[in-house]
Amino acid sequence: MQDFGAAFGLAFGLIAAGDADLLEIIGLSLRVSVSAVVAACMIGLPLGAGLAVIRFPGRGVALVLLNALMGLPPVVVGLMVYLMLSRAGPLGDFGLLYTPSAMIIAQTVLVTPIVAALTRQVVEDLHAEYDEHLRSLALRRLEVARTLLWDARYSLLTVALAGFGRAIAEVGAVIIVGGNINHVTRIMTTAIALETSKGDLALALALGIVLITLAVLINGAVMTIRASAARTAYA
Amino acid sequence: MLERALAGSAIEESMSAPAVLPLAAERLVFEAGGRRLIDGISIVLRPGLRSVVMGPNGAGKSLTLRLLHGLLRPSGGRILWDGRPLDRAAQLRQAMVFQRPVMLRRSALDNLLHALRARGVPRRACGSRAQAALERAGLEGQARTPARLLSGGEQQRLALARALALAPEILFLDEPCANLDPASTLVIETLIQQAHDEGTKIVLVTHDLGQAKRLADEVIFLHRGRLLEQSPAARFFDRPASPEAEAFLAGRIVL
Repeated sequence: MQDFGAAFGLAFGLIAAGDADLLEIIGLSLRVSVSAVVAACMIGLPLGAGLAVIRFPGRGVALVLLNALMGLPPVVVGLMVYLMLSRAGPLGDFGLLYTPSAMIIAQTVLVTPIVAALTRQVVEDLHAEYDEHLRSLALRRLEVARTLLWDARYSLLTVALAGFGRAIAEVGAVIIVGGNINHVTRIMTTAIALETSKGDLALALALGIVLITLAVLINGAVMTIRASAARTAYA
Repeated sequence: MLERALAGSAIEESMSAPAVLPLAAERLVFEAGGRRLIDGISIVLRPGLRSVVMGPNGAGKSLTLRLLHGLLRPSGGRILWDGRPLDRAAQLRQAMVFQRPVMLRRSALDNLLHALRARGVPRRACGSRAQAALERAGLEGQARTPARLLSGGEQQRLALARALALAPEILFLDEPCANLDPASTLVIETLIQQAHDEGTKIVLVTHDLGQAKRLADEVIFLHRGRLLEQSPAARFFDRPASPEAEAFLAGRIVL
């Protein structure tokens, strides 16, 4: 118990002192997860909006698959991306395995279905409300999707933050394709896993505290955005 | 290519582009859930007259309006715009105001700009036209207000201003004053009157007898999905041709 207390003390010491290793790990974590969420939004927002406004044969099956993909186990994503990027894989020539790029790719694969599926839901609900007006204006499909994406902007921001929450907290995918190499691909979650197993609880705890603080801040941001959007009736 | 050219200059060319009226519906049928809701309506709507569609609840007034506007596909019969089936050019020459206005999650001004841009009005012209539309509706003070925070009456004024800003050749209105206070109703009716004076064909659904008397040049009376009469307003209110219309005007329940 005393060890535990001492570890907490050390952890706060590391955070307060702005420990270089700690900052490097946090920085890389943010870089990887923010990049992955941006990429996932670039794919998932148009994909979700398209699924919401376009009717085509097999759409029901596509929606079931997409919703199922939301629950993809990170280790399975890691494995699939590993197979693609490994020397013998189809993308092996790029030499991306065990680099931050590989981690971004893996988290993008993990988060895109979440962004797309939630976007589809949000946009479809809004479309039901706007449908007659937009058809009365004789808008083309692309313009319909653009109108809906913009008008759903506050809901979609929370969708993106949900995706970020998933990315920043996962460990299974990045540890497989990143390898948790010190100063290269070590991020918060992989470092926590490693340091805990080594018995270096201080760094693990410090990272855990940062991670939880981030989660609280993100949720606070979501609630603030939602509240201000509600005040202007834009949500 | 041609389509794009038409879309790009729909409003600028509205003076010179070929007219889309008269609008003719031939033996229009609409079925849903195995029930025939519109049953063989044939009607011709000519420019210059304010047509008011009346009838008891469930007569098919809103359905008829949506079929004419092209929001619903008829199960049978056809609709001709100056002899041609609905094409993009005809779509761009009409507008509709709904009973419950659809307000985008944007400011009042941006609601207008969105509609103008959707119809291909050049960006430079959009600003002044949107401003003019706001002033016309008496909403210039609310330009920056989120549209969904406007009162019910203001929202409907904005919806009407938005439709009129498109300079449509024909304007469909589906009970635009159904839930409005008298002051807002007056503003809406004044705007409708102005649009009519400027040459926009008005097709208005209402079950407010007073409003029909104030606005109608001709009355289209529907009952159970059928057209019972299309008569000049004075004659309709004076001597309705059908017993159903007579009962309706007398305030009796029409089955």
